[in-house]
Amino acid sequence: MKILIIGSGKTLYFLCRNFTSAGYDVVIINRNRRECQNLAKELKAKVVYGDGSDVKVLMEAGAMGADVVLAITPHDQDNLIICQLAAIQFSVPRTVALANDPDNVEIFEQLGVRTFSTTLIIGSLIEQRASLEQIINLLPIGGGRVNVTEILLDDESPVVGKHLKNIALPENVLIAVLIRNGQPIIPGGATQLRAGDRIVLVTLPANHGPALKAITGKKG
Amino acid sequence: MAKNSLYIVIVGCGRLGSYLANHLSGVGHSVVVIEKDEANFDNLSPDFSGFRLGADATHLEVLKQAKLDKADVFVATTREDNVNLMVAQVARKVFFVSIVLARVFDPKREQIYTQLGIRTICPTSVAAELFLQAIKDADNTHKAGKK
Repeated sequence: MKILIIGSGKTLYFLCRNFTSAGYDVVIINRNRRECQNLAKELKAKVVYGDGSDVKVLMEAGAMGADVVLAITPHDQDNLIICQLAAIQFSVPRTVALANDPDNVEIFEQLGVRTFSTTLIIGSLIEQRASLEQIINLLPIGGGRVNVTEILLDDESPVVGKHLKNIALPENVLIAVLIRNGQPIIPGGATQLRAGDRIVLVTLPANHGPALKAITGKKG
Repeated sequence: MAKNSLYIVIVGCGRLGSYLANHLSGVGHSVVVIEKDEANFDNLSPDFSGFRLGADATHLEVLKQAKLDKADVFVATTREDNVNLMVAQVARKVFFVSIVLARVFDPKREQIYTQLGIRTICPTSVAAELFLQAIKDADNTHKAGKK
């Protein structure tokens, strides 16, 4: 898979490091000559110096054959235009823009660009973690209309020792996966939950709180 | 105010934005100018009777404040192509302004946004055409003179 990333700073660096070590073919576009030199030295990625919203620069970076374009610059307008150019001019099948201003998530989606906001994601993560220590991960998806939550079950959880079919959960809640001793298991009605299991819960915002309470025994 | 007065929002108060604002306000239209750098409001003539909004137009709140939902015409004239293209799209597709124009310096970007329904004006292309026409005219005159 070929990923084209436009941006700068630590987020860009660590994202690229993860992608290259996962075996992806990564190309970076960056506007700072010094940073380009450093990135080229430290990463196994092709680095192109220039403005990512310039058609010529995108072409040079091989946008034509890219599977994914990620625009994560500090300027929302640039991220929007980069994704639109990539999709329209270079037929890139998947483009994702970072919205530094959380208000832009909805607007960019309206303009046809997949968008995420780190402010929103980190905000809800911190909020949830601060309120409940069993929550390991929380990811709002579908524009915040669905939550995916990873929860660590401890001895105090009322669902520990129970079979899934005997657990009373609110409506529209799904225990999608559980991870036991590092192994993912797709649970069925006969699956028995144990302390130490990590469960991945899919909820709608309306029943997110009640679902957490049912599983952890504590108020979310 | 004239009966056919339009409500016009202009983003950017540089040479182009201020020229348009002064002219359109002068002929009786109702004009709002949004400019991040308030020092640029000095470009407006003393007769300018519209509103000045010292704020960043890439923030949705600012466009709401400028009452974009009521606007007849929206013109984006900042120095940054991407800002112009973003706010123009928001004006067209979120606030449904009927006439939306954006200045875009890069002719390659211009073509793409015409496809997206944004009317763009590219100073480079416009100047190039005028130059070419002027050269052609001069050449014709020259040839006619020779005969």
